[in-house]
Amino acid sequence: MLDIINISKTFNPGTVNEKRAISDISFHMNKGDFVTVIGGNGAGKSTLLNAIAGVWPIDRGSIVIGGKDVTALPEHKRASYIGRVFQDPNKGTAPDMQIEENLALAYRRGKIRGLRWGVTKAEKESDRDKLATLGLGLEDRMNAKVGLLSGGQRQALTLLMASLSNPQLLLLDEHTAALDPTTAKKVLEISDEIVSANGLTAIMITHNMKDAIAHGNRLIMMDAGKIIFDVSGDEKKRLTKQDLLQKFAEIAGANAESDRMALS
Amino acid sequence: MTAILEYFSSLNPLNLVRNIPSSVAQGLIWGLMAIGVYITFRILDMADLTVDGSFTTGGACTVMLICAGVPSWLALLIATLAGTAAGCVTGLLHTRLGIPPILAGILTQFALYSVNLHIMGMAANKSLNPDKYSLTVTSRNIPLSIVFAAVIAAVVIVILYWYFGTEQGSAIRATGNNPSMSRAQGINTNTMKVIGLSLSNALVALAGGLMSEYQGFADINMGRGAIVIGLAAVIIGEVLFEAIFKSKLNFSFRLIFVLVGGIVYYLVIGIVLWLKLNSNDLKLFTAVIVALFLAIPHLRQQAKVSFGAHGRANGEGGKHA
Repeated sequence: MLDIINISKTFNPGTVNEKRAISDISFHMNKGDFVTVIGGNGAGKSTLLNAIAGVWPIDRGSIVIGGKDVTALPEHKRASYIGRVFQDPNKGTAPDMQIEENLALAYRRGKIRGLRWGVTKAEKESDRDKLATLGLGLEDRMNAKVGLLSGGQRQALTLLMASLSNPQLLLLDEHTAALDPTTAKKVLEISDEIVSANGLTAIMITHNMKDAIAHGNRLIMMDAGKIIFDVSGDEKKRLTKQDLLQKFAEIAGANAESDRMALS
Repeated sequence: MTAILEYFSSLNPLNLVRNIPSSVAQGLIWGLMAIGVYITFRILDMADLTVDGSFTTGGACTVMLICAGVPSWLALLIATLAGTAAGCVTGLLHTRLGIPPILAGILTQFALYSVNLHIMGMAANKSLNPDKYSLTVTSRNIPLSIVFAAVIAAVVIVILYWYFGTEQGSAIRATGNNPSMSRAQGINTNTMKVIGLSLSNALVALAGGLMSEYQGFADINMGRGAIVIGLAAVIIGEVLFEAIFKSKLNFSFRLIFVLVGGIVYYLVIGIVLWLKLNSNDLKLFTAVIVALFLAIPHLRQQAKVSFGAHGRANGEGGKHA
């Protein structure tokens, strides 16, 4: 489904701020895989997702989604294969537009936007049902501006938007990090539901080891721009937080101490 | 004292009333121009300074074409297309060459000065004889001009209302509202910016064409400060609407109130001139008005939430028992 082949990205090359964010990463994901990614600050987790999403071109390597090489495609063209939810709840929606207008934008991901009406009646009907599945009462506020919603509601809406128009890949970039624990839990539940209901292939970054263990069928740990631990199947199911901390210490070495503080 | 009395007795209220229709006509035309400014300033969230040049381009094209025997409607249509091209240039400078939007607009505006002179055959001023040609609007027949300008504005508003409800229009609104979300939803934000800038300058050039017909000439400097007048109309319209209806604006009402803002602006200018203020001070006056109205939302917010308000709430000078 997803093939990442030897990709590297260095920011500000040749300057004092040069930062090798990801170096020579390769990995393969099967259809229906749900991978959780953990790692300390600056490990390259978000860079990896942004590379896949095409926020900027990568330096080397190639990215293949569903058999199609997307390495040379700009962000907006890759969007037809990818649904995304960001860490910042303000980043995934248009605040001055209505809930139904935001959903309508997502329906048209990867399609030509012509002079047909922006939101159709049939969409409004199906929007209502889909919003109801979130259990947040948004189905009765479809004309409300998204700017009026809470952070959790926005993340849930962004998740729903990301799942529309059948993306091959769902990218969740610490999408619960800015939420309070109760809301974060709810949004994670919705994420699981949306992934399983649509049979999506997903990558989720998290700072929370417990979440990383509890969700998905595969876990990847990153450090210094490399994948340092990759576990799936039954082995992942047996994984504990203690295992992860130990793994982290032994692979990443002495400098792991400060990073451990960033994980919880 | 006598000087003041003399001044007031020299003001004839009839003159003020007599000037109202002309102010309304000009206000409608500038209001149409302001709708163009609204598209960039409010929808795309960028200040586009191309308009100072493209307004003149519209006027220059219209006058030269009509003088060459082209019917008024066709001349206005071609002027509109010229404005579209100007907006497109600014859009490409910004999106393809990475020039910041304000600078891209200034560059196009600067270049248009030469282009406009070329259009007008290297003359700074070209007159249009309303007796010789059949014009859409003219100061010779103000009531009819008001009707025609209002009809054109109404058609423009209906078209824009429809367009910004379509898939493409929604994509332009999303681009101005949240560019990174728009790209994540597969919107080519660069294309949307170019389309928005082109559309905006098309309207500005149309308004420039109408203005040159109305005043009976095109002048190389007729567009100077157009952006400020456009902003004035946009902001006056918004403030008025909120004051009257105490609610947020629906899109079509927003556009209508931009027109109203243009008319109010010209009525105020009419009063200022009637008060015999030096017309050379008008630009200073307008700048102050626009600065005030731009500042109002900020100051209002600050009155509610600020360190000063906090101090006042805690008692004068923060005296605590």
